[in-house]
Amino acid sequence: MTINSPDALESIRQEALKALSVREESNHSGKAEAAGLDKGTPHLQILCCGGTGCKASESATIVENFRASLSAHGIADKVDVIVPGCFGFCEKGPIVKIVPDNTFYTSVRPADVEEIVTSHIIGGNKVERLLYTDPGTGQHISDSKHMNFYRKQLRIALRNCGFIDPENILEYIARDGYKALATSLMRDSLDVLADIKASGLRGRGGAGFPTGVKWEIARKFDAPDKYVVCNADEGDPGAFMDRSIMEGDPNSVIEAMMICGYCINAHHGLIYIRAEYPLAVHRLQVAIGQAREYGLLGKNILGTGFDFDIEIRYGAGAFVCGEETALIHSMEGKRGEPTLKPPFPAEAGYFGHPTNVNNVETLANVPVILTKGPQWFASIGTEKSKGTKVFALAGKINNVGLIEVPMGTTLREIIYDIGGGVKGGKKFKAVQTGGPSGGCLTEKHLDIPIDYESLAAAGSMMGSGGMIVMDEDDCMVSVAKFFLEFTVGESCGKCTPCRIGNKRMLEILDKITQGRGTLEDLDTLENLAKVIKDTALCGLGQTSPNPVLSTLANFREEYVEHVQNHVCRAHKCKALLTYSIDPDLCKGCSACARGCPAEAIAGEVRKPFSINSEKCIRCGMCLSRCKFGAIKVF
Amino acid sequence: MKVSCEALRQVEAICRKFKNDPGELISILHECQNTLGYLPEEVQRVIARELGIPASKVYGVVTFYSFFSMVPKGKYPVSVCLGTACYVRGSDKVLEEFKRVLGIEVGETTPDGKFSLDCLRCVGACGLAPVATIGEKVYGRLNPSDIKKIVAEFDG
Repeated sequence: MTINSPDALESIRQEALKALSVREESNHSGKAEAAGLDKGTPHLQILCCGGTGCKASESATIVENFRASLSAHGIADKVDVIVPGCFGFCEKGPIVKIVPDNTFYTSVRPADVEEIVTSHIIGGNKVERLLYTDPGTGQHISDSKHMNFYRKQLRIALRNCGFIDPENILEYIARDGYKALATSLMRDSLDVLADIKASGLRGRGGAGFPTGVKWEIARKFDAPDKYVVCNADEGDPGAFMDRSIMEGDPNSVIEAMMICGYCINAHHGLIYIRAEYPLAVHRLQVAIGQAREYGLLGKNILGTGFDFDIEIRYGAGAFVCGEETALIHSMEGKRGEPTLKPPFPAEAGYFGHPTNVNNVETLANVPVILTKGPQWFASIGTEKSKGTKVFALAGKINNVGLIEVPMGTTLREIIYDIGGGVKGGKKFKAVQTGGPSGGCLTEKHLDIPIDYESLAAAGSMMGSGGMIVMDEDDCMVSVAKFFLEFTVGESCGKCTPCRIGNKRMLEILDKITQGRGTLEDLDTLENLAKVIKDTALCGLGQTSPNPVLSTLANFREEYVEHVQNHVCRAHKCKALLTYSIDPDLCKGCSACARGCPAEAIAGEVRKPFSINSEKCIRCGMCLSRCKFGAIKVF
Repeated sequence: MKVSCEALRQVEAICRKFKNDPGELISILHECQNTLGYLPEEVQRVIARELGIPASKVYGVVTFYSFFSMVPKGKYPVSVCLGTACYVRGSDKVLEEFKRVLGIEVGETTPDGKFSLDCLRCVGACGLAPVATIGEKVYGRLNPSDIKKIVAEFDG
């Protein structure tokens, strides 16, 4: 069936809205009373998270179990099972949400399904033990709206994630999907572009270049074949924003690419996506297929004469391909090496054709900016950074997950209010933003309202949105080394500063963690870092020293301790550690010996055990297993 | 290891499906690896001939991207996530333990062809960190002491 005019789209939307109305209404009204078939609720919906994180915890089995159970009870016609994208609260996954009463079940196991069906779906009694417990008050919270994790969030790019079925284009249309495209195609493309400029939207991939300006430049280069490229090569380790958007709301990316195409006079779209994201690839393929089926991709879209189609290109695991020139080379079937700009891709990109590259999250903002207006978007955020930012909050934090907050939110709000503070009551040490190109910020930075400028001024960067929290057990020299190992492995090898400079820096860091470093090494490290920053060819090289520079600036005393006292206060640098058992404290329970993977601990039960330091691999297993504090580390 | 004639014919067919277009090299390599499990030299030479480009170009691309492998993977490919979230929750120790238990280094396959060991950067299940995957199955909240038991599950 083809949607051949904006009016036809509107009538489809009205029709599609019916299926979504239960969810929409419960979202606004938020009834606390449990719904159930026996209580007279005519229809219920079960939303079972289908994001990668929850799938890793058997959410697919949970879905199967729900379907089987509903059939067995003969109520499959009264209850829908929907598999939306990521809800964001990954720490408590798998998530199952019931509407109309908006009950948010956490950490659901396949075995819990039957109880949810009989007790809640049929009986109308919530399963208390699966509700979220507020760590502060100890109270159960049933509706996610009232959880601290969600309260300070504002979900714009993630507006449909965890709400609609990403494999059903009609649900996207019901949520005003393709409306921005329809209205844009009726307007002058220059006016549409002016709206994007006025919204103040900036690139969410890291650099923060104004999106409207980028489109304006791309528009200037006239050519028969022009390309809109979606950069979905999310390579930052520990970042999964773009993946979640593609898994949860693939149509928003497709719609935005078409609007971009209309603004810059391009008719070809390419999505460059990591092959490591099979689920996101699948959801995109489904979405593209459905959009074509409805005539929303292809020739003469909505009867306006505008043509646009999208193809998917696969990455093959190279971090540098996030850089736009490298990405373009990779799409051309070559090694993903960056080239000097100019010429910018806007002038000569994919096979020499003018090309505009935008990141997934940037694109996901575009349709909603146009439906709600640029002023609305510009009213959110800080002076220079408008709108919201999605962060993948992870590491030593209580609430690992995907969050979206207005620009200008402080790190403290994110880590303590949304993230629930540091895991295990440990002391906060640092938060790493911007991935391998970013830096580590400390306690003193917690109250900075975050935006592109403030993070850069503090020695880090926004990056694509990875945010890793570290506690007192993390060694900052090792963290810097970890990131440098990553960059050295991912350096394409084209320019000398990055290929050789980073390798030298890594060697020095390795020396320091082995306890062989000198104070002069710290100066050399700093000098090298600055030279690489100034001279490397592309963004990867220019930013690769950031983790070293920021840890040197904020945690210099830890470097000095490693070098002068041969001490790693976090007990991470193995070469600086010795494990032993205090015979006065050891009860001879053998827990350490049984847990030791190297079989380095021996002894007789009820007598003090001892560690063979030659066999000991310093893994710390004994330390974590001893209940009597008898394991000593020096 | 010798690649069968049948496999090489499959490679030719894949190249032709993509109209022998050098611009499609990466897509072709993906499909060949999906079909054969790895990309040995003979396969790369056939692709080069079909596409009319030097074998060195194909080799250059295969070795550039970490997703492509020139050695066959084990029956149970083990991948330990070394993303930052997993790293700060101790994935380095999990990796060490896998190396020790399997007796191989990263990028290697056990002599019986059963297990291969690799690292990857973020599965996206950061809530379960540290994470490793064996085949399609994801193992979360790992402790080095779990590894022996997990490997034994597959060793039977």
